[in-house]
Amino acid sequence: MNWKHSIISAVALIIVWQVIVITTGVQSFILPSPLKVAKALWFYRELIAEHAWVTIIEVFLGMVIGTTLGILTAIHLATSAAARAILRPILVFSQAVPVFALAPILVLWFGYGIWSKIIMAVLIIYFPVTSAFFDGLMKTPAGYLDLAKTMGATRVRTLWHIRFKAALPSLGSGLRLAAVYAPIGAVIGEWVGASKGLGYLMLLANGRVKIDLMFATLIVLAVLTVCLHLSVDILARRLAKDH
Amino acid sequence: MNAAPGISFAGKASIDGAALFAQITLEIPAYQWTCLLGSSGVGKSTVLRLIAGLETYVEFNGDITASDAQPLTDRVAYMAQSDLLFPWLTVTNNVGIGACLRGEKPDTERAAQMIKRVGLSDHANKKPAALSGGQRQRVALARTLMENRPVILLDEPFSALDAKTRAEMQELAAELLADRTVLLVTHDPAEAARLAHSGYVMQPDQLIPMDMPTTLPARSIDDPQTLTTQNALFHFLRTGAQ
Ligand SMILES: Nc1ncnc2c1ncn2[C@@H]1O[C@H](COP(=O)(O)OP(=O)(O)OP(=O)(O)O)[C@@H](O)[C@H]1O
Ligand SMILES: [Mg+2]
Repeated sequence: MNWKHSIISAVALIIVWQVIVITTGVQSFILPSPLKVAKALWFYRELIAEHAWVTIIEVFLGMVIGTTLGILTAIHLATSAAARAILRPILVFSQAVPVFALAPILVLWFGYGIWSKIIMAVLIIYFPVTSAFFDGLMKTPAGYLDLAKTMGATRVRTLWHIRFKAALPSLGSGLRLAAVYAPIGAVIGEWVGASKGLGYLMLLANGRVKIDLMFATLIVLAVLTVCLHLSVDILARRLAKDH
Repeated sequence: MNAAPGISFAGKASIDGAALFAQITLEIPAYQWTCLLGSSGVGKSTVLRLIAGLETYVEFNGDITASDAQPLTDRVAYMAQSDLLFPWLTVTNNVGIGACLRGEKPDTERAAQMIKRVGLSDHANKKPAALSGGQRQRVALARTLMENRPVILLDEPFSALDAKTRAEMQELAAELLADRTVLLVTHDPAEAARLAHSGYVMQPDQLIPMDMPTTLPARSIDDPQTLTTQNALFHFLRTGAQ
């Protein structure tokens, strides 16, 4: 997918949207026209920007903290058989709990502020990052490890210079998944209980029947998500550059 | 480099109680190339890995001793069919990886010398992906030289190369590893006939010594004695009769 194609798709989507609005005569509180949404986007730009900023912070911190915890857990699992025996079943079992269902509890515990959303994002991306990176660390080509052994390598240096480096493409795959899930986590957190953020703004606009604002917010959220995917994709490619 | 020891390998191996090979004794003389041939799965790589102190799938029952009675740890270098170069490191850094893995100061000057000896000075800053299979195997040889170990264990190191590159690599390796104790596992009778001072065919129940040329390796491909040996080895591998 390159830029040209993306722009063509976006334009096509807007045209289809406009055509639907004209031909079906649908009420603007059900589906406002693209023009109306564009006007709302401009009119409410400061309000949207303010809320967008909050969501960006939540997603960013969620990604950073979740990825860091995931990397540390994966290393711990990969280097300690005891940790594998104890932690892995817990990790897998924890996946049986739908994380979204925890949102109300997180809001209860961590309040209406950004932290309940950050923790939501962290919880959602923690498992994909951990398991992707852990798999990468465990499938280091055996020949590399043989070579390191005959060279008299230390365990820590083998981990860092060989296993870690060889697992970077797997970490990249984990990050790609995280980029998909983190915004979902933050927005659901905002729906459940918040006073800021794009998810909150959507609900607010809906409640006040400002459907054009709701759609404008949705579009900003979509654009932000696409930007996140693109930047994580670049990062993931860099990690896998020489493999 | 320290003096190269001879190695004596004596023992038997089994997998889950089933014998892989019966009691064999392999004497690897110091400063010589010893070649191990034999059919697939008979346990050649296993012997080599046991000497290298690497993990195997077998229960080994026996002794591996150096002629100077010192442990072999930190005295062996290992080269396999796959070059085992790290794709994210340049040629120079691949050659120097040993020091890096041990936490020693990298000796880039010596690395450059080794790269020069295998004729890759123009490629020192490239990544392995930018090299041919033959060039990559040269880098692996430079890395082996860099380690400066007196005992070298080679497991089919040239088998993935085309005939011409393989012949060149054989000559280069014979020249650069002439002053060490070398165990070479190979499927190629021609390679054995060119490179080895002594050769054995491994079978599940015994190790059969082969007559090798008396001239010095690396022998020329069309040397009559080498050709005779090559034919004899080939004949033995096919028919089991000398
Ligand atoms: N990954 C493995 N899992 C289980 N058993 C194995 C594995 N690799 C090797 N073995 C067993 O060890 C035996 C000896 O293998 P080894 O690699 O030493 O043979 P080889 O003589 O080097 O064969 P080749 O010429 O094909 O390299 C094999 O017959 C096989 O039964
Ligand atoms: Mg083998």
